[in-house]
This record gives sequence, C-alpha cells and structure tokens, in this order.
Amino acid sequence: MNTLGPVLLEAENLEVYRGETLALQLPKWTLRAGEIMGLIGPNGAGKSTLLLYMAGLLDPAKGHLSFDGTILQSTSDFAAYRQRVTLVFQEPLLLDTTVEQNIGVGLRLRGIPKAERKVRIKESAERFGVAHLLTRHARELSGGEAQRTSLARACAVKPQILLLDEPFSSLDPPTREALQQDLGRMLRDTGCTAILATHDLMEAACFADSLAVLRAGRVVQCGPVGEVVNHPVDEFVANFVGMETLLVGVVRGCESGLFTLQVGNQEIAGTGDATLGQELTVGVRPENVTLSLHPEGETSARNCFPGRVTLITSRGPFLRVELDCGFFLCAYVTGRSKEELGLAVGCPVFASFKATAVHLIRK
Amino acid sequence: MDLIWEGIKEAIRLLLTLDREVLSITLLSLALSGLATLVSLVLGVSTGVVLALNRFPGKRLVISLVNTGMGLPPVVVGLFVSMLLWRNGPLGMLHLLYTPMAIVIAQAVIATPIIAGLSLAALQQLPSNLRLQILTLGASRRQMIWMLIKEARLPLLAAIMAGFGGVISEVGASIMVGGNIKGSTRVLTTATVMETSKGNFDMAIALSVILLLLAFTVNAALTHIQQRRRPR
Repeated sequence: MNTLGPVLLEAENLEVYRGETLALQLPKWTLRAGEIMGLIGPNGAGKSTLLLYMAGLLDPAKGHLSFDGTILQSTSDFAAYRQRVTLVFQEPLLLDTTVEQNIGVGLRLRGIPKAERKVRIKESAERFGVAHLLTRHARELSGGEAQRTSLARACAVKPQILLLDEPFSSLDPPTREALQQDLGRMLRDTGCTAILATHDLMEAACFADSLAVLRAGRVVQCGPVGEVVNHPVDEFVANFVGMETLLVGVVRGCESGLFTLQVGNQEIAGTGDATLGQELTVGVRPENVTLSLHPEGETSARNCFPGRVTLITSRGPFLRVELDCGFFLCAYVTGRSKEELGLAVGCPVFASFKATAVHLIRK
Repeated sequence: MDLIWEGIKEAIRLLLTLDREVLSITLLSLALSGLATLVSLVLGVSTGVVLALNRFPGKRLVISLVNTGMGLPPVVVGLFVSMLLWRNGPLGMLHLLYTPMAIVIAQAVIATPIIAGLSLAALQQLPSNLRLQILTLGASRRQMIWMLIKEARLPLLAAIMAGFGGVISEVGASIMVGGNIKGSTRVLTTATVMETSKGNFDMAIALSVILLLLAFTVNAALTHIQQRRRPR
C-alpha cells in the first residue's frame, strides 16, 4: 500500500456522452497522488469511458477535470496533460515495428535524445521481462509478450498517472498471474498513481488501495478496498463484490456493538451499530461460512443453523453450496470437504459463521 | 497468322534495339502517369484521412461518392476535363488542352478517388483504439495521423499501385485531352490505338508488350509486399 499524497486528479459535475447516451456522470471524484484505484463494474458500466476521459481523450459535455490543482480548459492544457498520463488498453495495440521501437515511441514523441531513450527502453523492458525481445518484431510476439510490451511502453514515459483498462483480461491464467506480479512490483517500486479497471474483484483487491464501483455511468461506492468489500452500500455492490448472501431482517437486540437480527424464524448475530426495531440488510461472504455435520459447540462462531443443501455448483477450485436454513445462505467449500461431509442436494448440514462475518449494508 | 508472327518478331527487335520512339513514348507515359499518381497520392490520402478520422453529417454519402469515383470511366473524365480546358471553357485561359499537363490533370482526376477509397479502407482496417493509444502515448494530432499512415503503409502502397495501374492503362481521357501529339502527348495507350488503326501491328505489339510489362512489374511488386507481410 502506497502512502497517499495530496489530491492529484479531481473531477467535478462531470458528464460525458458517448454518441447520444450519457456514459459517465461524476458529481465529485478524486484520485490522490500515489493512490491505486480499482475500478469495477459490469460491462457497459462506464469503466472504459472513465479511463478514456481521465486520459484526456474525450470531451465532457459538462463539468471539468483538474490536475494537480489546475483546471484543464484549453486544448493545449489537455495536450500537456496527455504527456503526463498514459492509458494501457485491453488489446496491446502495438505499432507495426520492433519491440524496442514500440517501447520507445512515447519517449520519441517527447523528444528525448537517443542515448537516454535507450537506457529507459532497457529499464522498462527489464521491468516487464521483455528485455530479451527488443529486436523482435511486434507481429512475432505471443499475447502475453505483446501485453508486456504494451505495459513497458506505457511505463517507459514514467507517467504520473497510469490508467489500465482490463490489461490482463485477454491473457491465459499463468501469463496473467506473472504479469500481475510484475505490474504490482512496478507500481509499488515507483509509487505511481494508477487506476485499474477490471471486472475481476480479486484482481482489483490485490492491487488497489481503493475501489470504485461503477454502475450505469455512476460511481455507486468508492472507498478503501476493505470498506467496499465488507460494507457494500447496496445490494448491487454486495453482489458485485461477491457477498452472495444478503439478508433482510429486523433488529431484535443490540448491545455493545453486537446486534441480533431476526430473519424469518431465525436470529442472526452481527457486529455493528444498530437500533432496536430497525430494518437492516446484512451480507455474509460465502467463504466465511463453514459447513459441518454436527453443531460446532466449541468454535467461536456465534451463528450456527441447521439447513438443507439446495444446490451445488462448481466455482473453479471451490464448490458453491446453496443452503436453506429458513433463509438463503451461500457457502464455498473445497472439493475435499465436500467428500468428507458427503454433501449432496437434500443433505442436512449445519452452517456456522462468526458474528464479525455478518456485514452491515448501509442504506 | 503470318501477320501476328511478323508483328511479334518486329516488336522484339524494337524492344531489343531500344527504338528511340518507343523509348520516348514509354518514358513520357511513365512521367505523366507517375506525376498524376503523385498528385492523387496527396489528394487521395488526405481525403482518406479526413474521412477516416472525422465524423460529420453526410459522411456516408461522401464515402459512397468516393467509392463510385473509383470506377469513374476515363472517357467521362476526358469529356469533363476537355470542356474545362476548352479555349472558351472556365479554365481555357490556361491553354492546357492538348498539353502533357492536361493528361496529368485528367489522370489525377481518375486516380484520386481510387487512392482515396483504398486509403480510407486501409485506415479503417486499423484497430479503432489505435488512434487513442497513439494519442495517449503523448502524440499531437498531426503526429498521430502520420503514425497511422505509417501503420497502414502496406495497404497504402497497394492503393498507390492501383492508382498508377489505373492511369497508365487508360486511353480515353489521354486521347481526348492530350490529342496523341507526337513527341508531346503521345503515350503508350494512345500510340497503340493509333498504330493499330494504321495497321502497324509490329509497333502496336511492341507498345502493348511494354504496357503489359509495366502492369506485370506493378503487380509483382504488390504481390511481393503482400506476401512479405506475414499474418500475425
């Protein structure tokens, strides 16, 4: 996590249209120096529009952008701004020339002399593991090598803000992971400010200091990663950040930061400030729910409910188990625990989770 | 049969001995069509860039017009350029009719839509985000356009060759605006027409062979470039 500096980029009353449709609306939005912001949201939510706008490539219909305390107005303001910000697209978009020329293109456009250009090309190529490919032609690269070159090209100009539009989404998992690590190291080393758009929450969570959730061109929630993941403001965000179980109930008791919520016939214990009689929505992340064949008396889980398995689906390395405990509950288990528990649809099981795993969703 | 065989033999002799007249006609053809292609290159690529990078009402109509222009019949161009350059015509005071420049003008009119249409297609086939990618690397608009042209250089080369191939082989416009004047506006195609009508098949065949050789060279160069570009 980088230490955050002063506000670097600020948008106010911003409205951006793509064609006839209002694609982005930002009443107030800030990015601090050194901050890495994850931008998540479904397709068409405006992630790309936001990045294109922040890259100085789109005209707003209303509102303005200020960089380092100065409002950008004229075309030349934006031209100067574009020299400090670089956007990396999902496709590598390399030029039809060598890797070396590709990485150096931003430097050449800035009129940097050849000797310095060579040093910086080499430095950036090494950072992204393409130093051995410098003389290779862009057409002869694999997908991963091409995207590495694209990132090296963006970083060679040492941008003050690096904008990344789903740069890993077209790569296969091992390539993606290796590249994510290299990018993460580079961001940590340089303290570069960045925005990373992705539809993969885990990817955003492992890079970012803060998360902004976009929906239909608006930022629904923006805050530190932990806060957004654990305290989504609404059901849309909760769903998007993987909080699959959402329960609505009435507060029946509360004392010293602990509350009980009546959901159907059951009472759920949770932590947080609540008032008696209040209607609340709470969320439980599926990875925080443990399944067992007997009620677990000795664990610290305050919530333990008998239930019945209603659905089992595969989630890559995990299995997603839906339960009916008098209310809907979702849990992730490993394939091994499924075998051990003999889970099958219709099976009776006990589901337990800690009170701290019950997250209050503010309305 | 004899006529053709004798014609071919005489043609080979004319070619091998580098007959002065054949040579001068060939060089004039190359010079005029080359100059016309150069003019069309500037006008056509600019038109292609404007059409590819801008959005404006009526764009589709303009593109349709350009595409129609790619098949413009040379005689029609000859007619209109003749009328423009006619002594009493709007540009009559320039005294260009029946000069080599008139041929250049007519051929440029023929080649410009060809190069414009093909360069528009060449630029449109680039990834749509490439323009933005170049801008975000710090390019000015002018630098961005230049880099896009460089990215599309191979299909653009094909456009130039198509334009050149179109004008070196046309006869209608050249004969109408040039008049086939010996030593001044007599080019390969107009000379071939004349020699054939005079029954001088040897000369006509020699000129045709040169024309075919030129066409072959252009196509061979084009093919070479196409094959060099390996698919990604």
